Amino acid sequence: MKNGVPYLFAAYTATWIVHIVYLGTIVSRYSRLKREIEELKKPGVRSQVSGLRP
Amino acid sequence: MKKVFPILGVLTAILLSYALYQALVGAPTERTMGDVQRIFYYHVPSAWTAFILFFVNFGASVFYLIKRKPAADIVALVSAEVGVVFCTVVLITGPIWARPVWGIWWTWDMRLTSTLVLWLIYVSYLFLRRFSSSGQTPLLAAALAVLGALCVPFVYFSIWFFRTQHPQPVMGGGGSIDPRMLHVLLINWLAFSCFAFLVCWSRYRLEKSQREVDEAHAMESLLDPPRSVR
Repeated sequence: MKNGVPYLFAAYTATWIVHIVYLGTIVSRYSRLKREIEELKKPGVRSQVSGLRP
Repeated sequence: MKKVFPILGVLTAILLSYALYQALVGAPTERTMGDVQRIFYYHVPSAWTAFILFFVNFGASVFYLIKRKPAADIVALVSAEVGVVFCTVVLITGPIWARPVWGIWWTWDMRLTSTLVLWLIYVSYLFLRRFSSSGQTPLLAAALAVLGALCVPFVYFSIWFFRTQHPQPVMGGGGSIDPRMLHVLLINWLAFSCFAFLVCWSRYRLEKSQREVDEAHAMESLLDPPRSVR
């Protein structure tokens, strides 16, 4: 049991993989939202989207 | 606000790095388990952070049920989502720690099973939010969140009420802990709490903007009728 370093490494790596994957989904949702705002700004609904910030 | 976020982000990154250093180097090595016990510094703070987020979800859901404020609904959604991420970490790091210490990855004892059930409740909550298109979804989700929150104290106190393989709680339980270990544990909890706060903040802004865009889409379809009608 004393040599638990591989388990320790696995646990810490898994933790950061979970967090990084979740942060990745947030970033991808932000870029999708940015595209949607750009799309909305093209036609004549500028007044509705002028206050939006991605 | 735009300037505060990056500053807090950098400070949180520094705090997380320091907490990692303390967990790997600063904390003393446990006598019987050895280095594998250091998983504790990620496993326990992740569990505490998840519990706090589920309580925030509970509070925001109750507030939404009473006042029907959309901001409360967003807070409930965001806290459940980030809480599920932290609870996932707990469910992954737990078995990795159990394997070398207990000799098994998983056992159906009360603490482990109730944590899995808690995770499943909040995953169902997120599925409901994601796939239901009914106008009643925030209301149904808030009701589910109130029931789900009842599971949180049950998970925490399950090791007192039932005979389980899981160790006793570090705080408020019968166990004792080396002060240096407690110090490192609290540093890691602070670091993960700051990280969770920033993620929630970012996710809140995203959700708020997404709802505004959805409203603008709805307005656009009202203002811009189909060509055949024109």
